[in-house]
Amino acid sequence: MKIAVCIKQVPEGDAHLKIDADGISIADADLATEINESDQYALEAGLRLVESQGGEVVVVCLGRDRADEAIRRALAMGAERAIHLNDPAFQGGDAAATARALTAAIERENVDLILTGLQSDDAGWAQTGPILAARLGWPSATLIMEIEPEGDTIKVKRELEAGWFQWLRLPLPALLTIQSGISTVRYATLKGIMGAKKKEITKVTPVDIGLAPDEVGAAGRKTRTTRLYVPEKTKGAEIIEGDAATAVATLVEKLQKEAKVL
Amino acid sequence: MAGAIWAVTESGDDGLKSISFEVIACGQALAEALGSPLEAVVMAADGSAAAEALAAKRVEAVRVIEDAALAPYTPDAYTAALVEAIKAEAPSLVLFPHSYQSRDWVPRLAAEVDAGFISDVVAHHIDGDDTVFVRQPYQGKLNSDCVFAGDGINIVSLQSGAYLADDAAAGDGAAEIVKQPVNLAAASRTEVLETFQEVENKVDLSRAEVIVAVGRGIGKQEKLPVVEELAEALGAQLAASRPVCDNEWLPIDRQIGSSGQTVTPKLYIAVGISGAIQHLVGMKNSGTIVAINKDANAPVFSVSDYGIVGDLFDIVPELTNQIREAKGTG
Ligand SMILES: Cc1cc2nc3c(=O)[nH]c(=O)nc-3n(C[C@@H](O)[C@H](O)[C@H](O)COP(=O)(O)OP(=O)(O)OC[C@H]3O[C@@H](n4cnc5c(N)ncnc54)[C@H](O)[C@@H]3O)c2cc1C
Ligand SMILES: Cc1cc2nc3c(=O)[nH]c(=O)nc-3n(C[C@H](O)[C@H](O)[C@H](O)COP(=O)(O)OP(=O)(O)OC[C@H]3O[C@@H](n4cnc5c(N)ncnc54)[C@H](O)[C@@H]3O)c2cc1C
Repeated sequence: MKIAVCIKQVPEGDAHLKIDADGISIADADLATEINESDQYALEAGLRLVESQGGEVVVVCLGRDRADEAIRRALAMGAERAIHLNDPAFQGGDAAATARALTAAIERENVDLILTGLQSDDAGWAQTGPILAARLGWPSATLIMEIEPEGDTIKVKRELEAGWFQWLRLPLPALLTIQSGISTVRYATLKGIMGAKKKEITKVTPVDIGLAPDEVGAAGRKTRTTRLYVPEKTKGAEIIEGDAATAVATLVEKLQKEAKVL
Repeated sequence: MAGAIWAVTESGDDGLKSISFEVIACGQALAEALGSPLEAVVMAADGSAAAEALAAKRVEAVRVIEDAALAPYTPDAYTAALVEAIKAEAPSLVLFPHSYQSRDWVPRLAAEVDAGFISDVVAHHIDGDDTVFVRQPYQGKLNSDCVFAGDGINIVSLQSGAYLADDAAAGDGAAEIVKQPVNLAAASRTEVLETFQEVENKVDLSRAEVIVAVGRGIGKQEKLPVVEELAEALGAQLAASRPVCDNEWLPIDRQIGSSGQTVTPKLYIAVGISGAIQHLVGMKNSGTIVAINKDANAPVFSVSDYGIVGDLFDIVPELTNQIREAKGTG
């Protein structure tokens, strides 16, 4: 089975987010990054399928130079090779523009299955996967928690609200968006990290994949982010100050006397 | 704005879902601000009851797309149905709930009709000629303002709870119900095999009076005794955010949130939980909420009554001790 896994590099969950001078993005300098959480699970799912079925995992990432770090990590975890969509023209797109670029890069790979995360932890549009599938004319299913290959079809378990699930069958080729928790994500071993240095990363520009620069990135978008900002606090917690002992003493008193829950 | 605004509602096995009225409420506000007619859209195998409920609201019309292929839900059938309706009627703005179901097919729809799509919106305002939609990227830590960049058809999906179902105003009389014909002869490629609930939850957290919930801030499984002792001192149930269960540090039946349990204890103490919307929907109606987090900007503080900003490994053991003392068990 040949599988493409789309990975996005995002700020680390705990990273301090400083709004850039452009007013719409996060300042880049010294920003700690990681592979988007659900994309790590997508990669894990892809690697497990290849381990049981044979084939290869190709990771596909649209991002700037620094995304190299995320790609190397994916290769160290076990992906065979990578395609890096890296060109200024790719930047600043919306999910549709990003999906258009990813589609063009993946189309020429003849894969059986595409896995993406269910949404990015930064922009969080939750659109890229299904748009990619629609552009290819492939069936798709989202929020997937289990995959059972069956030859020309796959059986998948989709998460619904409030502890409900659904089993579905889809013909291949297909696209799945993977939900966090599908299976424990492996660590990159030292051997994997060393091996990754020799693996192939193909850097592509729009022209390389048959697109005009004005079809992708900011030029190809239909939505525009005009401002990124810290939300005004309208309501919210009474923050209890003081060192641990003092703050806790005040809290306990408030829980007893004000809230009357102790 | 030229064409109509459509509020696409969602129906399940039990009929119209209540989030549908949140979409109507938002649609009414936009229709008034933009001077466009608002139409409700029903998609179901049998939409008559839903149509009647919606016709009582202040809408110009209710469009009913009815076809046996719309139950059970499949992305192919829903996309095909709405592509056909949109091509026939050319609405200018189409609103959806940002539900698990719409996540599955509305991006496909946007691609098929070449629409701009702003998803997971929490508010809107009008700024001159622009309608500005507010989102909460970075897991709710920041806000962003978004506008549409093209003149074509546009799509917006609304975060659940962002608009109030109760704000959906009643109309003067029943609105006209229009059957919207569609041809769904092409088979859906997705075969729905079975819909089921994973396990009967072994722990029913919905009855707990006090809950201590732990998040990824705990760092690793070996540190769990820190919160277990607090739960024990309080006589509380221990619960968790999704990553804690994904990592198998605690069993899945302790997960709170949109894909876990919904709880309303008298007291909910959130430890090392950032407060992503999918967690908040499971606990925000608790009586008193306390958050302990080292990040003063963590969104969890916005739904909490009391907060302590600091390292949980300093605060939680101290809290455990003082609770024990207060209860005379220290
Ligand atoms: C300077 C700047 C300006 C921007 N301006 C805009 C703007 O005007 N309008 C706008 O809509 N957005 C804008 N963005 C954000 C935009 O680039 C999003 O990242 C893009 O829209 C993809 O959406 P998403 O990340 O929310 O993906 P989602 O749809 O949430 O992601 C789902 C999955 O798709 C895959 N995926 C997503 N992105 C990539 C990627 N880059 N490489 C590989 N796989 C990927 C992953 O598997 C991911 O889990 C801007 C970003 C920057 C840095
Ligand atoms: C469709 C869908 C369904 C989902 N369903 C659910 C669900 O049912 N339930 C759920 O919980 N999530 C769910 N999620 C995931 C959700 O979006 C968040 O990713 C998740 O809730 C984050 O968990 P967290 O707060 O524990 O982790 P993080 O967001 O990583 O937050 C950890 C927090 O701990 C704090 N911290 C770290 N170290 C310390 C310390 N030493 N002392 C004090 N504080 C510290 C940090 O400041 C941070 O705020 C769902 C997501 C999607 C897309």
